Amino acid sequence: MSGIFVAGEHLQGEVTETTFELLAIARGLAATSGWQVTAGLVGAGVSGMAAGLGGADRILTVDDPGWEIFNPEGQSAVFASLVAESGATVVLVPYTSTGMDISSYLAESLGIPLVSFCTSVRTEGGLTATCRLHAGKIEADVAVDGDRAIFAILSGSASADGGRSGGAAVVEEIPNPIDPGSLRTKALGLALPEGGDVDITSEEVLVVVGRGIESADNIGEAQALADAMGGSVAASRPIIDQGWLPKSRQVGKSGLTVKPRIYLSLGVSGAPEHLEGMKDAETIIAINSDPQAPIFSVAHYGWVGDLFDLLPELVDRLAGD
Amino acid sequence: MTRPSNPKVEPERVREIEQVVIEGMDISGHWNRMFEQRVIFDYDVTQLDRVTELDGGESMGWCYQCAQCIAVCPVDHVGSYGPRKIYRNLQVGMDLFTDADLWLCTTCGNCLRVCPKEVDMLQIMPAVRKEAVLVGNVPSELQDVFEKTARYGNPLGMNAKRRAAWTRDLDVDVPLISEMNRKVDVLWWVSDYPSYHPRGIDASRALARVLHHLGVDFAILGAEERHDGDSMLRAGESGLFEMLAEQNIETLNRYEFDVLLTTDPHAYNAFLHEYPQRGGSYNAVHYTQFLAERLDELGLSEKVDLNITFHDPCYLGRHNGEYEAPRQLINALPGAQFTEMWRVKENGYCCGGGGGGMWLDGLAAENQSMRLSEKRVREAVETGADTLCVVCPYEVSRFEDAVKSTNNDGNLQVLDIAELLAHALGL
Amino acid sequence: MSNADNERVGRGMNIVVLLRPVPDPVEELELNGDGSDLDRDYLGYVLNEFDDHALEEALLVKEETGGTVTVLGLGTADEMDQVLHTALAKGADSAVKLGDDLGHLSVSAQTELFVAALSDRTYDLVVTGVQAADDLDGQVAVRVAARLGLPQVSVVVGVAAGDGTVRVTKEFWGGITAQYDIDTPAVLGIQAARQAPRYVAVSLIRQAQQSGGLTEEDRDAPEDSSGVRIISVRIPDAGGGAEMIPGDESSAADRIVEIIRGAGVGS
Repeated sequence: MSGIFVAGEHLQGEVTETTFELLAIARGLAATSGWQVTAGLVGAGVSGMAAGLGGADRILTVDDPGWEIFNPEGQSAVFASLVAESGATVVLVPYTSTGMDISSYLAESLGIPLVSFCTSVRTEGGLTATCRLHAGKIEADVAVDGDRAIFAILSGSASADGGRSGGAAVVEEIPNPIDPGSLRTKALGLALPEGGDVDITSEEVLVVVGRGIESADNIGEAQALADAMGGSVAASRPIIDQGWLPKSRQVGKSGLTVKPRIYLSLGVSGAPEHLEGMKDAETIIAINSDPQAPIFSVAHYGWVGDLFDLLPELVDRLAGD
Repeated sequence: MTRPSNPKVEPERVREIEQVVIEGMDISGHWNRMFEQRVIFDYDVTQLDRVTELDGGESMGWCYQCAQCIAVCPVDHVGSYGPRKIYRNLQVGMDLFTDADLWLCTTCGNCLRVCPKEVDMLQIMPAVRKEAVLVGNVPSELQDVFEKTARYGNPLGMNAKRRAAWTRDLDVDVPLISEMNRKVDVLWWVSDYPSYHPRGIDASRALARVLHHLGVDFAILGAEERHDGDSMLRAGESGLFEMLAEQNIETLNRYEFDVLLTTDPHAYNAFLHEYPQRGGSYNAVHYTQFLAERLDELGLSEKVDLNITFHDPCYLGRHNGEYEAPRQLINALPGAQFTEMWRVKENGYCCGGGGGGMWLDGLAAENQSMRLSEKRVREAVETGADTLCVVCPYEVSRFEDAVKSTNNDGNLQVLDIAELLAHALGL
Repeated sequence: MSNADNERVGRGMNIVVLLRPVPDPVEELELNGDGSDLDRDYLGYVLNEFDDHALEEALLVKEETGGTVTVLGLGTADEMDQVLHTALAKGADSAVKLGDDLGHLSVSAQTELFVAALSDRTYDLVVTGVQAADDLDGQVAVRVAARLGLPQVSVVVGVAAGDGTVRVTKEFWGGITAQYDIDTPAVLGIQAARQAPRYVAVSLIRQAQQSGGLTEEDRDAPEDSSGVRIISVRIPDAGGGAEMIPGDESSAADRIVEIIRGAGVGS
């Protein structure tokens, strides 16, 4: 038995782009291995979304009102059952908030190896992958023992368009194998972020602060630069976790994806989760004191130096107009 | 200011005795009018007591509000501060342990110098800060520095192993004492900023060349050296200071040397006043003193065509009485002009880096009209000098930032005396 | 996340926090001679920052509803001793070091050690960081839960203890969150505590060191059952496509302003 299984992901009625990226990777593997690509979608009212998974040959859906909100305990068990049903030997899961709950569970329950932080996967000559560890500072080539594995894949590792077509896309409804009422985890409700603050996804100019800004008090300097450019301040996760800026300002995997005309980062190292949220910005200017900061790999322009030396120079020149 | 014509006086509180003779003097009638005494017990002294009860906090209670201190407090010049004001605020109920006022004092010592009652902020503030630190009430910028210093042995959070990286690719040799296996004349305690900060490294390299030129037998500790801890002690992290002192003393006691040469007046202060009672007694000397003693050996030949003014560092000057050595060096620079600022020597104006202030600029910005370093730079520029000479590693970055933020870029450059001497030696 | 939930019901929860050291992100990572792994000889380690948040959240829950906090730390780096003493100084009730000098362990091997230590203990909640930067083969929280047959939720940003249950907030993306009620015992993978990990004075850490509250459990490094092998590692080209601007802040600022204006902004 062999085959590729893609754990589909959706939120608020839409399949995520990451799912299509995984389907693109699956199609690439299918091309070299000849294996079938099966996608799984678990939720409430998913049949409408299922048909759109063009990169899959088979789409297995489990539809139940109890799965309206993602349930880590329930849905990981359902996916385990779908993987078994599909006969797949290679399982692709997104390395996202939902994917984390699922991938490690599958590894334990199916008893097969799991590789996380993947950017690419290969099946020829054995199962291998390339991974980004240590917040993107290290790239590793990894091999799996045996012929079955789960790969948790970083968002942005492939082009989503490659996953929208190319498969037979036959949808099969599978009876729900797990009773949501029997679970020890009950989903209570979904909460959307508070509005009223700046919508960074619609800003043309973003000045993004990372750990290098060092303290909440220094954010004012970044704001001065943002004001001078007619933009707003956003931040990477550590700044939000510290409570120095509200969640609505977070750029990155667990925050927002932004595509401003200018993205100017100050002291952002560029962990994969952050890069995911901004790599498509038109002009990326990165300032960091560490020449090895991963942000430089996606930036168009970079300067290695002390952002506190540079800030006043920039504000001076831009605000003076 | 005119007095109100009807001051609010409650008649029942006025006592006037018609006839009274005291010690042969008749002071009957309106001469002896006396209002009821207003005693300190009208105030709830709980907050004041919380400070004076601390070991080191006692002198806060001696203040009698003469305000001599306010005239010389560098923070008051750009804000509202000083021992008298702290005392008054305590009287009316301020909780100093949680107030921002706790962290604005730079321990410059100018208040103590003029206080007739010897209210000692150098003891009081660290004592109160110590209690605040114990319960975790620390400004986040300072907390970050405490954590970095504890982990990496330097407040910049730089990799401890790279402390001697500045000596690589240098045209003169700066040996590690651990590799020498013999006594050295001079163990040079380089300190953190001169090891890691780009402008500090410039001064270190210059000093290395000067020492070489003098034929001094010296070595450094390199990665074995850790932050001296003095500023951490003043900022309230006494546990961190004890840990650093313990480690440093253990390291120093393994080696033999005559002189412990310091670049940093804060380290100098620690070696003179804090380390001896912890088992570390060394012949500590500031590099300006060391070089001033050897002025006739230096042979300064190249012209230094600059108009130089000098900033007295608090921890070399006011705290330890050394005002002359740096001046002797500046005056020896051929062709240089020396112009004094108006607040110098005992009355020197603090750069804001002491007592943890180096890492509290965010807090200072919220509570002051400008940073102390900006005030000082303006004073330097007023003298007409083109160069501000410094001899404390905390200063070069503070003053260079201040030059930019006061729009004096191009009017004033900041140089360490080591850089000036190296220039005068053609090195 | 309402803390009123905490005040509602709640007898104290017994919480176990799992701590792991990771290579210090401040260090420049160097590779070993044949490029098969990091050069671990001189590597400095720090507590995984997500585990630090897990500890903070556990302490907050304890402060709100009572109970106990026990800390289990992997003896995979010398720095773990200091980490455990710091946890005690912050208010943990007991701290245990599992093994000593164990070397680098896969997540599967870490899970095996933690599961063995947990089997000797009773608890209502197990918390740990959602992930660590070198988690090549999955996450500890999810694996531990699966092996123990317990429910788990990862990417948690708030925990409220109930009576025999915990209410947690899980973060998705774009600021979207969901709340769950989970029957205890349960496992949580913490993304962020409700506040930044607290400061603890060095003198309190030293006191903890001197009063010696640390227990050491003799455990061997498990066989690596992850089924995942690193073939080679490399440092990716930083600055790959970026035009690196040379010079000091002044000339850099000139160039950057040029770029910004060229993009039609800031004019």
